[in-house]
Amino acid sequence: MMHTDTAPPGTAAPVFYVTDEEGHHSEGSTMLGFWLYLMSDCLIFATLFATYGVLGRNYAAGPSQKDLFDLTGIAVNTAMLLFSSITYGFAMLEMDKDNQRRTQLWLAVTGLFGVAFVALEIREFVHLFHEGAPPWRSAFLSSFYTLVSTHGLHVSFGILWLVTLMIQVQKYGLVAANKRRLMCLSMFWHFLDLIWIGVFTVVYLIGVLE
Amino acid sequence: MSADATHAHGSHEHDHVHTEGGHGSVKAYVTGFVLSVILTVIPFWLVMGNTLDNSLVTTLVVLVLGGVQMVVHLVYFLHMNTKSEGGWTFMAMIFTVTLVAIMLSGSVWVMYHMNRNMMPAAHHELLQKMR
Repeated sequence: MMHTDTAPPGTAAPVFYVTDEEGHHSEGSTMLGFWLYLMSDCLIFATLFATYGVLGRNYAAGPSQKDLFDLTGIAVNTAMLLFSSITYGFAMLEMDKDNQRRTQLWLAVTGLFGVAFVALEIREFVHLFHEGAPPWRSAFLSSFYTLVSTHGLHVSFGILWLVTLMIQVQKYGLVAANKRRLMCLSMFWHFLDLIWIGVFTVVYLIGVLE
Repeated sequence: MSADATHAHGSHEHDHVHTEGGHGSVKAYVTGFVLSVILTVIPFWLVMGNTLDNSLVTTLVVLVLGGVQMVVHLVYFLHMNTKSEGGWTFMAMIFTVTLVAIMLSGSVWVMYHMNRNMMPAAHHELLQKMR
């Protein structure tokens, strides 16, 4: 059997790729690639938001948002994540100045805010379980836990990543590879804060209305 | 991407990593932070204080403020602009936003009408049987 796409003898093999990509800046394409990953992550969250949007008012005679949510706690949570966003920004600015000690300091502060956020969220979930509102209670609660805990898991993995990078920076300094990694984590971290805006707006604030 | 764009990019490549647009400045981060605080406090105040006394209007206002805050985060924290990476990050974002908009509005719209048109009948039958 002959393959139909084989070039006939004597002609140059067809080129299906762009040749001027050679010697291309690897860091530039890493940033674009990571951005594309974030966009696909955004689609995951969008499907979970859509699910919540569809099921969010199906209580199966169980508790509703108004019965369960404590907006003061959510405001504190939001503040934690917003603070962590700006402190990560400060870490990046110190990284640009090649100040390793201060970069590490701001990264540590960011991590602590992240831990506070996750701790508060776990505390909220424990409280909800005690209130008789586990995920299997109603469609509303299933979609609520799926959406919010997916975000919380992202933040948790972000913290793990942050600690890993702090160790890397401690060991090898602010070399080009570590800077690139810190920039990826920066995008990831700010992206999670952006998703949280959607969560507190749609799930918590609009949830308790009506 | 054009050849000279690649060149300009390459010339910056020394021992240290450089990104187009940079990482902003203290001023940009603080501006973003202050705007975010304002755009967070207003919706919480509207909902917790029941300020507008109309849940539909409150819902719309809160949604708009959330959207604005997302844009603030994109610009001041994620340094999104139309030029970085030859415009490809922006293109990818527009594509994603379009998909997300279709997915969200489509799901809610279709399922709302399904509920409206099919659920009452089912309920009614069920209630009849139970009697």
